[in-house]
Amino acid sequence: MKPVLMCRDVIVDFDGFRALQGVDLTVYPHEVRFLIGPNGAGKTTLLDVICGRTRATDGRVMFFSHDITKQPEYEIVQMGIARKFQSPSIFPFLTVWENMELAIRQDRRLRSVLRAKRTEKEEEIMAAQLERMGLLDERHRLAGTLSHGQKQWLEIGMQLIQRPQLLLLDEPIAGMSAAERERTGEWLHEIAEHCAVIIVEHDMDFVRRYSKQVTVMHEGKVLCEGSIDEVQQNEQVIDVYLGRRKNACYVSGM
Amino acid sequence: MVNQRWGYWLFFAALFLAPFYLTEFRLSLLGKFLCLAIVAVGISLIWGYTGILSLGHGVYFGLGAYCMAMYLKLEASRGHLPDFMEWSGVRELPWFWKPFSYPMVAIAAAIALPTLLAALLSYFTFKNRIKGVYFSLLSQAVVVVLVTLFIGKQEWTGGTNGLTNFSTVFGFSLSSPLTQIVLYWLTTICLALIFVAARRLTSGRLGKVLIAIRDAENRVRFLGFNPTVYKVFVYSLSAAFAGVAGALFVLQVGLISPEMMGIIPSIEMVLWVAVGGRHSLMGAIVGAIVMNTAKSFLSENYPDLWLLLLGALFVVVVLFVPKGLAGIYESLVAVRIKAKRGHEREARVDVS
Ligand SMILES: Nc1ncnc2c1ncn2[C@@H]1O[C@H](COP(=O)(O)OP(=O)(O)OP(=O)(O)O)[C@@H](O)[C@H]1O
Ligand SMILES: [Mg+2]
Repeated sequence: MKPVLMCRDVIVDFDGFRALQGVDLTVYPHEVRFLIGPNGAGKTTLLDVICGRTRATDGRVMFFSHDITKQPEYEIVQMGIARKFQSPSIFPFLTVWENMELAIRQDRRLRSVLRAKRTEKEEEIMAAQLERMGLLDERHRLAGTLSHGQKQWLEIGMQLIQRPQLLLLDEPIAGMSAAERERTGEWLHEIAEHCAVIIVEHDMDFVRRYSKQVTVMHEGKVLCEGSIDEVQQNEQVIDVYLGRRKNACYVSGM
Repeated sequence: MVNQRWGYWLFFAALFLAPFYLTEFRLSLLGKFLCLAIVAVGISLIWGYTGILSLGHGVYFGLGAYCMAMYLKLEASRGHLPDFMEWSGVRELPWFWKPFSYPMVAIAAAIALPTLLAALLSYFTFKNRIKGVYFSLLSQAVVVVLVTLFIGKQEWTGGTNGLTNFSTVFGFSLSSPLTQIVLYWLTTICLALIFVAARRLTSGRLGKVLIAIRDAENRVRFLGFNPTVYKVFVYSLSAAFAGVAGALFVLQVGLISPEMMGIIPSIEMVLWVAVGGRHSLMGAIVGAIVMNTAKSFLSENYPDLWLLLLGALFVVVVLFVPKGLAGIYESLVAVRIKAKRGHEREARVDVS
């Protein structure tokens, strides 16, 4: 099977500080890949490089057979890589419906947007997506007036309606209730039927429950890859991440 | 919504009929204010909708006015050198003045030059992700450069005095009341057309993209839009509006000088829109008319007071009425709707 994404020897240098020091990562279609690792390991930076927000100092990022290392962000998105950021970011002064209208798959060049009218088909797709997110009844509300959880769902809905081939999620369940976490977890494997997902997550319970393939990062490098059980038995991983983390949890009384 | 549309029709009808109920003097003032209202529509587009604060729109207005004025000056000189050129010892008409003897060239340039300058400035700044205060300062720097240039190149531009002493347009005397009325109507029509065009743009999908850019530009980028293209487009469009406004202005006022395109006028333009309500195109128009009416009234009676008052007004609007007159109107309407609903509810209770 051809990989969706291939990162080869990616290096990111922030004025002398190497946030990524030669990362290789390969993701296949329909895969849900978890990225874990201690704070500052470079997980967010890696997602940033993939979606074009941060430029790789060296190395290559391939999306299917396209080299996207130097592509502008909006083109990368148009090719089919969607990114959800850590904090929910929606457009507060547009309604839920209008937020979806901007997100839906469409020709995003100025000259088509100038003439664009919502078609019936688009409205159907938008309504169906909102229904799935439990937001259909809120569609005429300004998005800024939604609750925190609703905003998260709206944003996820906005990612999905783009029909991406690769979805990048950065700590999506932070700030969610237990029920919402569960819903997110189930839903992760549902969307994997359509696209590949890379998800950064700190919550080890969540990772244990919903992961198949896990990549552990540490100090800008990939430490190891495998199923969660394999990874948990890796000496190095226990050393730098899990062990330390357990202690940290113990200290904070969790 | 239907009510609102009727309101707009009424508003423009009242403007159009103004020659029948205003004195010649008042009409000439109103015509001037309507030109400025055209600028205000453009500023509402870029500032209220897209979040770009330009403190340099005087330049685009001025360029439009100068282009038109060059044609008027040549027509007034009747084949001779314009008077100010003779005074500065110029022997021959400079090459770039020559095409301006054709009115169509002058009109086209009055729109194209501001648009082009705005496109250049905005492309290089927005492409490099310069925004906010930095962009405002940059737009102001352009004002300083251009005003200095226009004052310095006296033999080409008329220096501090600017261009004035026109006589005819398309062969019609500019001082005749009839010509002035026709020009007034032309201005009203331009304002109405520009207002309708701007409303179309903002009520369609483009308007949503602009608001999205204003509130979360990065997010827009990661939805796959290229914000630079959109910002350059809307900024250049607003400059084009300002150019049209300048051309119409000089036809009615008969004078354009560097002072009228400088820093203070540029800031005043933003202020009209702030007072009117920058999120509302109609608010911007009303703001421009109200503020300029106040200005001409006050500077007729208390010339020193105007600038002070302007400053005070700015502080008050920013602190207490950030949505301007349009915001006040909207909350009044909201209160009325609420009251009406309340009455209906009471009525229903009575019946039951
Ligand atoms: N723009 C930047 N300039 C300089 N250093 C940066 C920049 N962005 C990130 N870094 C540094 O790069 C390292 C990797 O950061 P990154 O955010 O990728 O870590 P992370 O694995 O996502 O951590 P966390 O779990 O805390 O989110 C950190 O040490 C961080 O301080
Ligand atoms: Mg991170």
